[in-house]
Amino acid sequence: MLKNFGKFLMFLYELFTRRESFKVYWKRFIDECMIIGIDSLLIVCIVAFFIGAVVCVQINANLVSPVIPVYVVSNIVRDMMLLELSSTFMCVILAGKVGSNIASELGTMRITEQVEALEVMGINAASYLILPKVLAAFVMFPILSILSGFIGIVGGYIAGTATGIITPEQYIYGIRFSFIPFNLVIPIIKSAVFGILIATISSYKGFYTRGGALEVGKVSTTAVTNSCIAILIADYLLAELLT
Amino acid sequence: MIEIKNISKSFGDRIVLDNVSGVFKKGQTSLVIGASGTGKSVLLKCMLDLVTPEEGQVFYDGRAFLGKKEKERIDLRREMGVLFQGGALFDSQTVFQNVKFPLDMLTTQSESEKRDRVAFCLKRVGLEASRDRMPSEISGGMKKRVGIARAIVLNPKYLFCDEPNSGLDPLTSIKIDELIQEITHEYDTTTVVITHDMNSVLSIGENIKFLYKGKKLWEGNSKNILEAEVKELDEFVFSNHALRQLRG
Repeated sequence: MLKNFGKFLMFLYELFTRRESFKVYWKRFIDECMIIGIDSLLIVCIVAFFIGAVVCVQINANLVSPVIPVYVVSNIVRDMMLLELSSTFMCVILAGKVGSNIASELGTMRITEQVEALEVMGINAASYLILPKVLAAFVMFPILSILSGFIGIVGGYIAGTATGIITPEQYIYGIRFSFIPFNLVIPIIKSAVFGILIATISSYKGFYTRGGALEVGKVSTTAVTNSCIAILIADYLLAELLT
Repeated sequence: MIEIKNISKSFGDRIVLDNVSGVFKKGQTSLVIGASGTGKSVLLKCMLDLVTPEEGQVFYDGRAFLGKKEKERIDLRREMGVLFQGGALFDSQTVFQNVKFPLDMLTTQSESEKRDRVAFCLKRVGLEASRDRMPSEISGGMKKRVGIARAIVLNPKYLFCDEPNSGLDPLTSIKIDELIQEITHEYDTTTVVITHDMNSVLSIGENIKFLYKGKKLWEGNSKNILEAEVKELDEFVFSNHALRQLRG
């Protein structure tokens, strides 16, 4: 395990050595932003909407008390979405989509000798292929996280008002009640860290694939599970640091 | 000219290459032949420094390659063109973009110069009509030809081909062999072909090195290979039923 970690650190170092021109990276960065960010929009919106809706319904069902005001429902939806669900939960979902995509793409490139083709041209394959992915994940994950937080709150609003759990005024009041602006920064920081973890771990797994199609499938699965574990550990550490 | 000196490589306890030496001449198609698992591809990867041998050195026109500083090795690598076994085309790029890729990455040519050069190379391999197709839309033989076009786009001094005929029908194999030989003579490149295809051996083998269990057992050409008195080579060459009958 220690050897693997050392190899991982060497791999990260390799990303920043023998870099290509800014123009090359910029084009690849935009492409990766499309793949990682724009292509994930639909799944993020759907998941966030229903999480918000379910949280609203569940809180209402479990907080039945005459002493608790009803606007607490939207207050909790807001905090849960911002502090945990829009970043951690969403990134676990994205680890499955983006992480497996990165690992299988790089794994396939490795076993079909496309990585070697880059190396023999004198191009640093790790830097050329992976650095734009890491940067794109670093930029796009916070955007997706903020979006999912917003969609989740909207989901809660629609579920709450449509089912008569809460009135629109009470929902808005609950969202605005005792709002801490720093809570908007927390999902941004967390998702940026998670984005880097998912991109680097998945790239590492994919880049060093050996064998054939079967191994590509295996590294894809390993990349997702390792990314999820890393996200959960980082989530705990960040929760300690940021709250 | 490429010279390899005392190349040895092992994976764990298994010795894959054992003190292999030899010279690959300029303007000549040199073949490294042998059965599967004899270390041919590993030798090629050692020559390209994709695998680091335990011992030995590779000289490109007298310039040592292995163990040199990163920049020197990159400069040398840019004089090489490589055709990989499966073509190694980038899946996300069209045929045209694949061939243009080395020019984009490694040269400062203008866009029109690049386009002209790519068009020339694609025409040279007979694929000008397929320039906008994706690698997944073309046949195995076409992929090899795109791989050759990409390998020659930078006018390499050294051309390496790893099993250029694998997975191809005999007719396409002959066409690919002929194309490699024509390019070698046309551009005066030092060409190294890794193969176990006897058609290639007999048709384009201007220089042939036979590897057996990681050792170079024999060296010659397509004219004298059938008379070679090396048991292992004999078994390899005449493993083909038709050739066995021909010999009688």
